Amino acid sequence: MSRSCHHCNEFSRASLMRKTAAEAGKGLPAIEPGMPVPAGTGLDRRAFVTRTFGLALSVYGVGKLGLFEEGIARAASGPAEPVLVSVFLPGGTDALSVLYPAADSTYQKLRPKLALPESAGPAFSEDTRLHWHPSLQPFATLHGEGKVTVMPAVGYTHPDQSHFTSRHFWEVGATDARLTSGWMGRYLDRSGTMDNPLQGLSLDYQLQPSLASTKVPVASLAAPDEYTFGAPGVWGEVEDRMLETLQPLGARRSDPFLNQAAKATAQSDRLRRQLAPFAQNSDNGFGSPVQYPQNDSGFPRQMAGLAAMLAAKLPLRCVAITAPGEYDTHSDQPKALADGLDITARTLLAFQRDLEARGLADRVLTLVWSEFGRRAEENGSDGTDHGAAGSGFLIGTRVRGKMVGEFPGVDKLDDDGNLRATSDFRGIYSSLLEQWLGADAAAVIPGASSFQRTTLLK
Amino acid sequence: MPLPVYRGRFGKPQAERLLWRGGFGPRPGEAERLVKKGLHGAVHSLTHPGRERLKGPKPHDDNGNPLAPYDAWGHDELWWLDRMARTNRPLVERMTLIWHDWFATSRDGVDSARLMIKQNNLFRTRGLGSFLTLVTEVTRDPAMLLWLSGTDNTKDSPNENYGRELMELFTLGADRGAYTERDVREQARALTGWRNDWNDNIGPFDFRFDPDYHDGGVKTIFGKRGRFDWRDSSRLCVQHRLHPSFFVNKLWSYFVPTKPPAATAWALERLYVSKKYAVGPVVEAILLHPALYNGPRMVKPPAVYVAGLLRALKRGIDTEAWTWLMSLAGQELFYPPNVAGWDDSRWLDTATFRARWMIASHAIRPHELDSDKARLPDDAAKLMSRAETFLGKPAITAQTRNELKRFTRRSLANATAQWKKEQYPALIENALRQLLASSPDLQTC
Repeated sequence: MSRSCHHCNEFSRASLMRKTAAEAGKGLPAIEPGMPVPAGTGLDRRAFVTRTFGLALSVYGVGKLGLFEEGIARAASGPAEPVLVSVFLPGGTDALSVLYPAADSTYQKLRPKLALPESAGPAFSEDTRLHWHPSLQPFATLHGEGKVTVMPAVGYTHPDQSHFTSRHFWEVGATDARLTSGWMGRYLDRSGTMDNPLQGLSLDYQLQPSLASTKVPVASLAAPDEYTFGAPGVWGEVEDRMLETLQPLGARRSDPFLNQAAKATAQSDRLRRQLAPFAQNSDNGFGSPVQYPQNDSGFPRQMAGLAAMLAAKLPLRCVAITAPGEYDTHSDQPKALADGLDITARTLLAFQRDLEARGLADRVLTLVWSEFGRRAEENGSDGTDHGAAGSGFLIGTRVRGKMVGEFPGVDKLDDDGNLRATSDFRGIYSSLLEQWLGADAAAVIPGASSFQRTTLLK
Repeated sequence: MPLPVYRGRFGKPQAERLLWRGGFGPRPGEAERLVKKGLHGAVHSLTHPGRERLKGPKPHDDNGNPLAPYDAWGHDELWWLDRMARTNRPLVERMTLIWHDWFATSRDGVDSARLMIKQNNLFRTRGLGSFLTLVTEVTRDPAMLLWLSGTDNTKDSPNENYGRELMELFTLGADRGAYTERDVREQARALTGWRNDWNDNIGPFDFRFDPDYHDGGVKTIFGKRGRFDWRDSSRLCVQHRLHPSFFVNKLWSYFVPTKPPAATAWALERLYVSKKYAVGPVVEAILLHPALYNGPRMVKPPAVYVAGLLRALKRGIDTEAWTWLMSLAGQELFYPPNVAGWDDSRWLDTATFRARWMIASHAIRPHELDSDKARLPDDAAKLMSRAETFLGKPAITAQTRNELKRFTRRSLANATAQWKKEQYPALIENALRQLLASSPDLQTC
């Protein structure tokens, strides 16, 4: 990201805001007037404390902490429920590179430097005008197997070109700057339980705002294999005895604050036991039956861990994660975009193959989204500025595999020179809630009845 | 109504608690020396310390170089931790931490270690003096002017950020009927006039009051009318009838986890006003109060936990690991989570507990016993006693002591082969240090 660019600056400040603290606009200078407070703000202040290095489960929301482990155990022994995984591509992915109209002369005029040649990426079978970005070969493969539903231009009316605001809209499931609960969080508020924080899991060091609930607890877990308790110069049987001592040290105490510390000890010990299989398996990739890409980002390992957790019957319902890569490509777009899409797509292909090999594929649907697309016309620095409609994908064995909304073409752009949306994310959410999660969309998405539904599943 | 004073025995456990609540715990022998002074002498020594002396090894980074608090990432935090660990004026340093939480300013909004440390030194030098002076100085402190938009607040476009927090978080409290939205707007007007320049090399500089940017008109604040400016703004807040109760309750909460009895709160307010808003006498009265010694324990904030371990082990800052460990534990100094500071009721969860476990590991690691070489007695009582001595013989509960003894006996029982008999005592000793340092007893004080 170029440092001198106004928008990029805004983007990094937006992430800063999220990282830092509660009351946006109070402690830090406002990014723009009327900027929304991130969903989940005030749910639990710890949610916004920076945790730079890996730690396991942080629980957000109210509830009696001590009951969680039993609730998780109970939920785990129940019937296998459908799982929705949300993968966010941060920064606004360039839809006109993700699926590009290679032979379109207007596209070539708008993108004198950035237009991708016809031969670069595989053809898109549902619309012969389009080609997949070369880094998205894994998606093309899955699409060929009928496991990808493409939204070539997903967005909403009156698009907002602020990263912060548009992302907020997607996270809360409404074009409402004041809403502070996430759309998946509200779904869990209605259908989740008070004692299973794993039902809404952020694979992150902090809460993903789309999971911000108002009633039920949700959790975040950076990586399931990091929750271990070693000590210098302690191993073997003595280490086993040491770890066994955590439980009695966590026994009830009469002093209320000593008891608080004891409770934290006992809860941590219980979580340690639960996650022990992952800690032991991480060296061989959580016992994954497939090979995940090697990458510094942690994303492949997190997705491998997610598949392992699902295989271990941990009761996950909604999962949210941020994909690696920088998509706010105001400058030097070709490499940044190719790198980000490459590791993301290869990992998601591996994840899909992993689920298939473990017999879990029919239970899991993955939604890939970004806060907006980018300007049709390239800028002067080998990049593109903020746009409107963007790309979305649904991946899984159960998806219908038929495009939702057509590619609008680059001849009829909106007044800002951006791609027009041909599907509305709130309609997609409503359809997912009704068809995949078996929920009442009207109770989760404000004004759900006004958005067009589309058949997403086979 | 006189303030109650603790009348019970002032032994080592009480002296330890005083050093934890009013500082960062004892270095070996410190609690014993405090006992000899008696309660009043002990408290007086904290509230009236001599000149600052930093004892023990000088701080350095992972490469053995001196700290560069203005320049290197995280070194500002290490610079402060070093003072907490080595100071002979623990209460002054603890008050600095309290004011950092009270006037919570984050580098995220200031973006200058130099200005953050300047503010930190303000807390250090003014921390036990007049609160009116402190608030007035904070109002024009450059870091605060940047953090809460003080230099964006001008006659032509007033910014309410500081004016609101000054009342809501610093002096009066929300929802107490102390001020209205109109007072917020009028405070913002009174506070106009601060400016600064910006330079690509040094960042923000030349913070100054510029009358051209100040709204010189008449304002009405708390029903009083006048051509108020930034000094009046602080003064009006501190002289507000609802300020002493806010101040006393908030200050008390840093030292005692339960609310002060009504009579105590009232007496502390009277004391505070009669001493012309001096902080020291109020802190002194709290440190003498029976509730501090007879009441429940408190969870140590991460900074106190880390500095306390360093003090107990007489270890200086010799690694930068504390920065990421503190962050994992939920307290990154100079980066409070928001303008309301850290939430002291939420230090412990499954993530932060593991962070504290790792902090304990890092603290004891340099003393790790090598089981190939160290030959320790296979005697549970002796091993336990060594571990307690290692950590400065902290007072621990019988429950914890029994569990640690049980661990020791069970581990010794595993030592069936000859090599185990030789090696296990060292492993056990290492484990005892870890378990003790991260036990509920040492997480609280």
